[in-house]
Amino acid sequence: MSSLSWGTAEPHLPILLVVVPLFGALLVTFLRRGILAWALTLAVTFVLPLIAISLLAKVLQTGQPIIYEIGNWPAPIGIVYKVDQLAAYVLCVISMIGAVIMPFARRSIAAEIQEPAQSWYYAMYLLCLTGLLGIVITGDAFNAFVFLEISSLATYVLIALGRHRRALLSAYQYLIMGTIGATLYIIGVGLLYVVTGTLNFDDIATRLGPAIADPGYRNAVLTALGFIFVGVSLKLALFPMHVWLPNAYAYAPSVATAFLAGTATKAAIYLFIRVIFSVFGIALAIDSLPIPLVLIILSIAAMFLASFSAVFEENAKRMLAYSSIAQVGYIMLGIALANEASLTGSLAHIANHAVMKTALFLALGAVFYRIGSVMYDDMAGIGRKMPLTMGAFAVAGIGLMGTPGTAGFISKWYLGIGAIDAGHYSIVFMIVASSLISVIYIGRITEVVWFRAPSESAKTAKEAPLSMLIPLWLLAGATVYLGFDTQATVDVSAKAAEVLLGGIR
Amino acid sequence: MRLDLILRVGAKLILPFILLFALYVQFHGDYGPGGGFQAGVISAGMVILFAIIFGVRAAKHVAPPRVVEMMVPGGVLIFAGTGVVSMLLGYNFLDYTGFAHEFLHAHEWGILIVEIGVLVTVCGTMIAMFYAFVERGRT
Repeated sequence: MSSLSWGTAEPHLPILLVVVPLFGALLVTFLRRGILAWALTLAVTFVLPLIAISLLAKVLQTGQPIIYEIGNWPAPIGIVYKVDQLAAYVLCVISMIGAVIMPFARRSIAAEIQEPAQSWYYAMYLLCLTGLLGIVITGDAFNAFVFLEISSLATYVLIALGRHRRALLSAYQYLIMGTIGATLYIIGVGLLYVVTGTLNFDDIATRLGPAIADPGYRNAVLTALGFIFVGVSLKLALFPMHVWLPNAYAYAPSVATAFLAGTATKAAIYLFIRVIFSVFGIALAIDSLPIPLVLIILSIAAMFLASFSAVFEENAKRMLAYSSIAQVGYIMLGIALANEASLTGSLAHIANHAVMKTALFLALGAVFYRIGSVMYDDMAGIGRKMPLTMGAFAVAGIGLMGTPGTAGFISKWYLGIGAIDAGHYSIVFMIVASSLISVIYIGRITEVVWFRAPSESAKTAKEAPLSMLIPLWLLAGATVYLGFDTQATVDVSAKAAEVLLGGIR
Repeated sequence: MRLDLILRVGAKLILPFILLFALYVQFHGDYGPGGGFQAGVISAGMVILFAIIFGVRAAKHVAPPRVVEMMVPGGVLIFAGTGVVSMLLGYNFLDYTGFAHEFLHAHEWGILIVEIGVLVTVCGTMIAMFYAFVERGRT
């Protein structure tokens, strides 16, 4: 038996990224005490970013994707895990968000979920993380579906564990929508399998070219594209398919909301990019179906209509949920424009939005921990009692608006350049205009928490404990840091965008 | 005298054969139709039949809920653990080559162990679902 060292573990890193959280989830179910379950989950989530970062470093160093063959069966026969620039980058984002939330989770979960269910919560958290990382790392279309289902099923439980009775209804609503989305995706994959006889992403891509030349297969391929487009769009909450998201985010436990807002839609967006760019090739999509045009219209609709909904919301969590739908609009807009600058902006926004939105939801989690509500009326004047919490909220909120000097500005800047490169000057105007709406909804809650007379519940509130403030300020600090040092986000995104677009020509 | 005598005696006669059939399906799975999933459902079916005839309380004596609850993650642990052992032996995840002296033998062993994991999880899940349904409205 070989000795256990970094050297022997190194070739197995891709599979370890999925197996470690899976094992963690299984072992957590045997632990009955919430605190033990939390400690194990904390340990597991802190290992994952190390693995993800070393994968990213290796990919950037060699410029070649890392391939891992499960069971040593090569690509078309067996399932392979493939880590390229884009995958490694998204893996880093998801694993880091998953880790930074955990110190916050202990007190928040202890307050919101009763003892016997706490270890189940942590098991589901890790299982969800397993699924999300799996979606990103796998190079197999069916395996991606399996991980999509693993993460979704875990998510339904996470949402249903919310304290409010409507959490159950929201989880059920999401279950119906999520199942429809996954079903549409698998129908699309099934059609591709009929046409190409393979499930490996790369293999499908190489065989699609000849297949589409045959008029008999052409319609099947286009139908597959349509099914997958709609199915994955449901999962990532693209504008008209977003209705499950506000309630799911509003009634889930605070920590679950922060985690899902930062990671779940991002993994689905990754799957969308992978399928549209690497499998179909955007050229195919442009020539045969007006997918970019549809995407641009839906994205802009999301940016405006969801932002308007956020302005009139009275529940802070729902407000941020609508904001998330708008932000998904920005990311999808960059994907639809499909040039190097816009794609760089989109990919950078995956990380930037994850950081900012997780910070905002964690701040609300801290408020909920102290006063048990996130309604505007109850939060009035809370800024004076919890200045550090709401200070971090303000920093992340300023980032969300896209103010220069924060992470949000960087991604919107590249999106704007991408729109100019594509010749759509009106889109630049719309990016700025929709950012102004986000100024209104962030401004409104800022006014409520800082300038209004304290509500009954706010009068007795205290500052959040240190275990909550540290993760919160780490993320708020990252919002500012990523606005100045763009090496981690933009440079990697640019490389990934280059690879994605290079695969087409 | 109770009227379900035939059912009770009949069930007692059938129960061991159900389990035997489950094991046959389990170990025959790598050569013919069958495998861990089917065997898990059949063996869970034995417990469910037992519960229907002799009552849920007696069934919970045979298959305590606590054990059933641990079977669900336990089986997955066996499955994933097989992969980890193969990694410790210096091969890829779920590459069973290291389990025996030659390739085919090793893979037979590997699949057999993995299928036992499937049996445990499927059986546990089926029984847990049955318990969850019969418990409804009782407490």
